[in-house]
Amino acid sequence: MGSEAIAFYLFGAVAVIASLLVISQRNPIYSVLLLIASFGALSGLYVLLEAPFVAVTQIIVYAGAIMVLFLFVVMLLNAPHEETERDERLHAFKKPGPVRFGAVLAAALATELAWALTRAGGETGAFPGAAVSSVRAIGKALFTEYAFPFEVTSILILVAMVGAVVLAKRDARG
Amino acid sequence: MPSLSDYLVLSAILFAIGTAGVLIRRNIITILLSVEIMLNAVNLSFVAFGRALGTADGQIIVFFVMTVAAAEAAVGLAIVIGLFRHRESLNPSTFTSLKW
Amino acid sequence: MPAITPQLIAEGVVIVVVFHALLLSAAAMVWVERRLAAALQQRLGPIRVGWQGLLQPFADVIKLMFKEELRPKAADWLLFALAPIISAACAFSAFAVVPFGAETTFFGLLKEPLKLQVADVNVAVLVIFAIASMSVYGIVLAGWASNSKYSLLGGLRSSAQMISYELSYGMALASVLLLGNSLSLTDIVNAQAGSWFGFIPKWFVFLQPLGFLIYMTAGIAETNRAPFDFPEAEQELVAGYHTEYSSMSFAMFFLAEYVNMVTVSAVATDLFLGGWHGPFLPESLGWIWFLLKVGALLFFYVWMRWTLPRYRYDQLMRFGWKILLPLSVVNLLVTAAGVLYFGL
Repeated sequence: MGSEAIAFYLFGAVAVIASLLVISQRNPIYSVLLLIASFGALSGLYVLLEAPFVAVTQIIVYAGAIMVLFLFVVMLLNAPHEETERDERLHAFKKPGPVRFGAVLAAALATELAWALTRAGGETGAFPGAAVSSVRAIGKALFTEYAFPFEVTSILILVAMVGAVVLAKRDARG
Repeated sequence: MPSLSDYLVLSAILFAIGTAGVLIRRNIITILLSVEIMLNAVNLSFVAFGRALGTADGQIIVFFVMTVAAAEAAVGLAIVIGLFRHRESLNPSTFTSLKW
Repeated sequence: MPAITPQLIAEGVVIVVVFHALLLSAAAMVWVERRLAAALQQRLGPIRVGWQGLLQPFADVIKLMFKEELRPKAADWLLFALAPIISAACAFSAFAVVPFGAETTFFGLLKEPLKLQVADVNVAVLVIFAIASMSVYGIVLAGWASNSKYSLLGGLRSSAQMISYELSYGMALASVLLLGNSLSLTDIVNAQAGSWFGFIPKWFVFLQPLGFLIYMTAGIAETNRAPFDFPEAEQELVAGYHTEYSSMSFAMFFLAEYVNMVTVSAVATDLFLGGWHGPFLPESLGWIWFLLKVGALLFFYVWMRWTLPRYRYDQLMRFGWKILLPLSVVNLLVTAAGVLYFGL
C-alpha cells in the first residue's frame, strides 16, 4: 500500500472512531474533545486531497474557535450528565417515546448505509487531473465569482453575533 | 491510492454517525455536536468532488459551509444557555410546553 | 520506505537541532529573565550556580523533577494530565514551519540546498495561526480539570483573553501578507532582502510600523506575559490555571510559555524584521542575524514584564476589543490602499 493509502486509512479510522465515541460519551466535555480529535483527522484528509487552505481553515475555525465556544458553554452550564441512574442502564430501544423512535430510525439508517456500501460500482483509481490547491486561485474565485455570497455571509455573521449576544444576555432587571 | 469512492464512503459513514447522534442522544449539546459531525462529513465530500473535478469550487463551498456552521453554533448555543437558565436541564424532553 | 540519502539525514538533523534549540532557549530564557529582572531592579539575581549563574535553570529543573507530583482527588485525571501536554506540544509544533536561515548546502556537502526549516508548507502563516488557536485548550482544560475555583477562573479568563487577541494577531498577519504576496514564510522573508538607498534594509517594519506594534502587543497577550498576565497574577489568583500543578507538569507549562515567546519572536523576526537577512555576513551565515534579532525581541519581552504594571482584566479586554482590533483593521485598510496606489 502506498503511503497515501496508509495515511487515508489512518485518518479515516481516527475520524470514524472519534465520532463514534462523541455520540456515545456521557460526559459532554469528553465529547467536545473527541470531536476536536475528529476534526484534526479530517484536516489531515483535506491535506491528502491537496486542499491545504481548507485544512488549515478547518483547524482555525472549527477546532480552534467553534469548539472553544462549545467548551465554554459546557463549562459555564456545568452540564450535568443527561440521565438518572436508572435510565442509564436501559438500552436505547427500551426507553419510552421519542428516544425509541430515534433509535429505530438510527438503526434503519445504519442498515441502509451497510446495504449501500456493499453494492458494487463507484470509481476506483487515483483522481484524474490536477488539483487547484493554491490559495491565490481560491481567493480570486472567492472575490470575483462568489463575491455576492461572500458579502452576504459577512452580514449573516454580523446577525448571528448580535443574536447570540442578545439571546444569552442576562436580564438586566434581575 | 484512495479514490473518490473511498472518500465518499468515509463521508457517508461520518454523516450516518452524526445523524444517529442527533436521533439518539438526549443532551442538547451533544445533539449540536452531532450536527457539526454531519456538516463536516458534507465538507469532506465537497472537497473530494472538487478535487475530482479539478476546480476550486469545492473548497469555496466548504468555506461558506464553515462560516454558516460557526454562525449556527453561536446562535444555537446562545439559545441553549437561555433554555438552561429557564429550566436547569439540558434534556430536550423537558421542553414540552408547546406539546398538545 | 524512502531511501536513506544524505538529504534525509540532513533533514533529520535539522529537526533534532530545532527541538533541542527550543529546549535550550527555554532554559536560557529562565536565566535571562532572572538576571535581567535583577538588573532592572538594581539587585544581583542568581550568580552563584555555575559561572554567572548560568547553571541556574538546570538547578531549577532538577529541583522540580524531585518534587512530588500532586493530583487533587476530585480532579479529572485524564484532562489534568492532558492539559500540560497540549500546551507544550502546541508550543513546539508551531516552530516547525518557521524558517531560521537561508538555504544552505553546508559548504558543498549536500547535492541540493537544504532549507533551514522543518517543513516548508506554502500556507505557513496560517499554520502558525492555527496552532496558536489550539494552544487555548491547554489552559482551558488545566483550569477545568483542577476542579478548584481559582484555577477555573484563571483558565476561563486566560482563554477568553487569548481568543480576543487572536483577532488583532490575525489582522496584523494579514497586513504583512498584503506586502509579502505569499503565505509562505520563506517567500515573505526573501521579499525583504536588499535595501533602499543602500543602507535602509527593506524590512517590512519600516513599511508597517503600526502592524509590527500590533503584532507584538497581540503576541504578548497571546503568550499571557505581562502586562497581560492577569490570569497568572500571583497577587490576585494565587497562580491562576496552574495552581494545582506541581513538579514536571508545572515545568511543562513554563516550558510552553517560554517556547511560545520564542515562537512569537521568531515569527515577528521573519515577518517584520527581515528574517536572516543582514549586512556584513554572507547568506549562509544568516542564521546568526536571525538569532540576534530574536534575542533582541526576547529582551524586549522581558523588559516589558518588569517595567509595566499589569492590566486589570476588564481593562485588558477593553483594550483588545475596542482599541487594538479597530486599529488593526484600519492598518489593514491603509496597507491595502498603499499597495494598490504604490503598486508594491
